[in-house]
Amino acid sequence: MKRYARIVAVALLVVSGVACAVETGEVRLVPAPVNRLDDESLQRGARNFVNYCLNCHSARYMRYNRLTDLGIDISMIQDNLMFATDKVGNAMTVAMTPIQGKAWFGTPPPDLTVEARVRGRDWIYNYLIGFYRDEKTATGWNNIVFPNVSMPHVLWELSGSNKLVETDFDDHERAEAAAIAVKSLALVEPKPGNKWAVLSVAPDVPGQMTRIQYEAFVADLVNYLDYMAEPARNTRIHVGMFVLLFLGLLFAFAYWTKREYWKDVH
Amino acid sequence: MTKLLRWIDDRFPLTALWESQWGKYIAPKNFNFWYYFGSLAAFVLVLQIVTGIFLTMNYKPDSVKAFESVEYIMRDVEWGWLIRYMHSTGASMFFIVVYLHMLRGLMYGSYRKPRELTWIFGVLIYLCLMAEAFFGYLLPWGQMSYWGAQVIVNLFSTVPFFGEGLGVWIRGDYTISDITLNRFFAFHVAAVPLVLIAIVAAHLMALHETGSNNPDGVEIKKQPKDPVTGLPPDGIYSHPYYTIKDIVGVIVFCAIFSVIMFFVPDMWGYFIESNNFIPADPLKTPEHIAPVWYFTPYYAMLRAVPSFLGSQFWGVLVMAVAVLIFFFMPWLDRGPVKSIRYRGALYKSWLAAFVISFLILGYLGVVPVTVWGQFPENIPILGGADRATVVARFFTVVYLLFFMLMPWYTKWDKTKPEPDRVRM
Repeated sequence: MKRYARIVAVALLVVSGVACAVETGEVRLVPAPVNRLDDESLQRGARNFVNYCLNCHSARYMRYNRLTDLGIDISMIQDNLMFATDKVGNAMTVAMTPIQGKAWFGTPPPDLTVEARVRGRDWIYNYLIGFYRDEKTATGWNNIVFPNVSMPHVLWELSGSNKLVETDFDDHERAEAAAIAVKSLALVEPKPGNKWAVLSVAPDVPGQMTRIQYEAFVADLVNYLDYMAEPARNTRIHVGMFVLLFLGLLFAFAYWTKREYWKDVH
Repeated sequence: MTKLLRWIDDRFPLTALWESQWGKYIAPKNFNFWYYFGSLAAFVLVLQIVTGIFLTMNYKPDSVKAFESVEYIMRDVEWGWLIRYMHSTGASMFFIVVYLHMLRGLMYGSYRKPRELTWIFGVLIYLCLMAEAFFGYLLPWGQMSYWGAQVIVNLFSTVPFFGEGLGVWIRGDYTISDITLNRFFAFHVAAVPLVLIAIVAAHLMALHETGSNNPDGVEIKKQPKDPVTGLPPDGIYSHPYYTIKDIVGVIVFCAIFSVIMFFVPDMWGYFIESNNFIPADPLKTPEHIAPVWYFTPYYAMLRAVPSFLGSQFWGVLVMAVAVLIFFFMPWLDRGPVKSIRYRGALYKSWLAAFVISFLILGYLGVVPVTVWGQFPENIPILGGADRATVVARFFTVVYLLFFMLMPWYTKWDKTKPEPDRVRM
């Protein structure tokens, strides 16, 4: 018995020991400041999406008339949000084909209908605030979250252009502390010679919006993308509460019946 | 009503069937928490069949339309999202319930004489379930569907001599394609469910023939029957006692199921992988291919076994042995008692080691092999090796030894005598 207990104990030690191994190179994402119940934010996000994204990126499983979910009426959708089609029941497709996309950008821009479920809303939010000027790339832009991405910084007129700030540290702890102190998106990266670099973006040339305005703009957009990835989500959560309430009542009734019956057995 | 029933009974043994299978079936009165999972598995089976039928009405098994048809179910079909989430949550919950049901069998020796066939039918159900899950996972035609299927079919291609041909035969093509999707659809919605239902019926009939085991391993059929009621002292009628008890179990299960389905249907990527929201792309291999959680213990074993003589077949062999070895349980166990309550420390610690191995392998199958880094170069033998791979090898061996050493440790174990009556 003791021998087996010892084997199990050793196995557990091995596992817990290796579990604390140091990780390398990590992005510190800022949580996306979104609220799934804020219809106004979702409406602004829908406007931002059709104006800025829906030229290269399609959302081919999303119909325009579903935007009524967000409290936008059909005539508003037809007059202000439909640029690529004339039927409100159509899906959000674009004129650019994947072959053209590949020729122009190196890789076709992905469909964005369910992108928020692939990447997560935090990732997309940080990606959109993570662009900085980089003369070495083909587009002149680079990204902290997605290095050497082939998408240019489409929103640069709004955000202005950012520059990359890199600070080197001798140890991991200090780099981590500095990354936290950035209070925004930051990347901690190992460097040769046991050094660590903290990368972040800083404003360089101002755009049409202040940083706060731009972040709010992106948050609305991300909120919308998150909604579009699963339009049924609010209904799902709402229905779920009632279902649980019902099951709770049913349980009380069934459990009482079970106890009555089982009095014969005990 | 009675007249109608008599009319039927004269022509078809309806009452006899009901009474032998449930109505007058005598079960031990001491079933505990672990005995809910059988009825729950039946419940999930029905749920999967019903939701599956409704999904089939809107799903299109076509490599161009499959992904979008799932999205349309989620968006444009009335309550389509609910049906789809029930089915996807149900798939994972089926495995949770079945794994717990199997662990119950291991704990209380439910596979022992005279219930060998019940156990064998059960293992067959498990195999069918694995096939069903594998075929079904291709249908949404996302990246993980595609590459997961690719990896599993390639396992068959490692079989020496005719492996290559076997792979082509399974796929019906040189890669996973529209043809593969169509045949997997046929297997998922017709062939495997039919077999599954037949084996489930056999599993239940065999069980109701021998009578149920119980947490004490006492054979209630051997007890003297009460002359008035005809019941053994530790037996009760399933109906209404276990009917109402199982209903309570189903309601609690539905509540847990609902919490997942309504609030976290993807279970943070464990029940629905985020990469599966990217349509299948045969030209883009995902960086990290992981099967869904219920296959990961075996996937970890597969990766842990090194290639030998230029072939990956050994990993596949180990994986196959790890699953098929369950069939031999009734004959591997030579202990004088059934239940863990009267077993000695040997069996208890081996069972604990087995469960721990299964869980750790399950975790390791989800993550990349580099998750824990490498051993330092200066350590002999292990130097430079991926830590996770070494740990996975260790637990693969423990998993297999649980079965392979069973004839000896169950015999040498210091057991306590089985009682004549059950404990409540």
